[in-house]
Amino acid sequence: MISIRVNGEALQIAADSTVENLIAQLKLNSKFLAVELNRRVVPRAEHGRTRLAADDQVEIVTLVGGG
Amino acid sequence: MTELDVKPLRLGSHNFTSRLIVGTGKYATFELMRECLTISQADVITVAVRRERLVDAAGRSILDFIDLNRYTILPNTAGCFTAEDAVRTARLGREILLGLENPGASWVKLEVLADKKTLLPDPLATLEATKQLVADGFEVLCYTSDDPIMARRLKDAGATSVMPAGSPIGSGQGILNPNNIRICLEYLKEGDPNYPVIVDAGVGTASDVAFAMELGCDGVLLNTAIASAKNPRLMAEAMCLACRAGYLAANSGRIPKRLYATASSPEDGLISAK
Repeated sequence: MISIRVNGEALQIAADSTVENLIAQLKLNSKFLAVELNRRVVPRAEHGRTRLAADDQVEIVTLVGGG
Repeated sequence: MTELDVKPLRLGSHNFTSRLIVGTGKYATFELMRECLTISQADVITVAVRRERLVDAAGRSILDFIDLNRYTILPNTAGCFTAEDAVRTARLGREILLGLENPGASWVKLEVLADKKTLLPDPLATLEATKQLVADGFEVLCYTSDDPIMARRLKDAGATSVMPAGSPIGSGQGILNPNNIRICLEYLKEGDPNYPVIVDAGVGTASDVAFAMELGCDGVLLNTAIASAKNPRLMAEAMCLACRAGYLAANSGRIPKRLYATASSPEDGLISAK
């Protein structure tokens, strides 16, 4: 297991996990979200081949009501 | 199209029937929001980009209540206080909309704030973020104050539309300095009459929308005035009508204001003892 930070909180994931694995582990609907890894957007098409490393900073965002 | 129709609003690569842009925040329920969006007849609706809740992720998404074939989504960078955060937020919003195949993926409503109490924009950071986002291929719709010089700087930096605030966000004070809006319009449209200028923020009621349109603005963006009205459905209809009314009035050549009265009825033919 390795430790990463997701939306500011520590999270344990299996070593060698991809962004896609992370989204599945969190039971999120990938259709409605975007992922940033160490301040760079990871395009949807690359979720399956982008591997996460210890201490990575991940942001997972969605759309909410706003003006 | 007849002369009674409102001409389409052109914003960068987009064309819209409605000149009213409405926000999706602050509604009591998603159902009420959906109903008010329909009543307002808006084609463009704004949304915010926020962290996914990792614990309670089973909650309903606003996207389940938005017809993505009907609306062009305009993601904002509300809540950002630095150019860097605004640029990151804009890129994340684009990534979500690309995935949803919504035409809103091409643009962003840029807000870089300076102060939590006033929610006034940070002009320097807004200008910096505008430059970065334009370079990154975004059509930037820029929330700014009503300062005409800043408005001109943002247009020069490549903003697709400059969107001066009528008064502070959510304040409901309407257009506090119409003369500044007039000068913004003059400067931004000089030699470029189709450059779109939208009043963004401060609207409280329908007459504020009509007034903005009568000043010659191309559209109005509002959220709280509908969402927080006691009856949001009625206010959504009022805003829709006001936008159309103001547009038609602006294009009809109003009469000049005079100090003294001018009779509307003929002076001849009165029954009189004279």
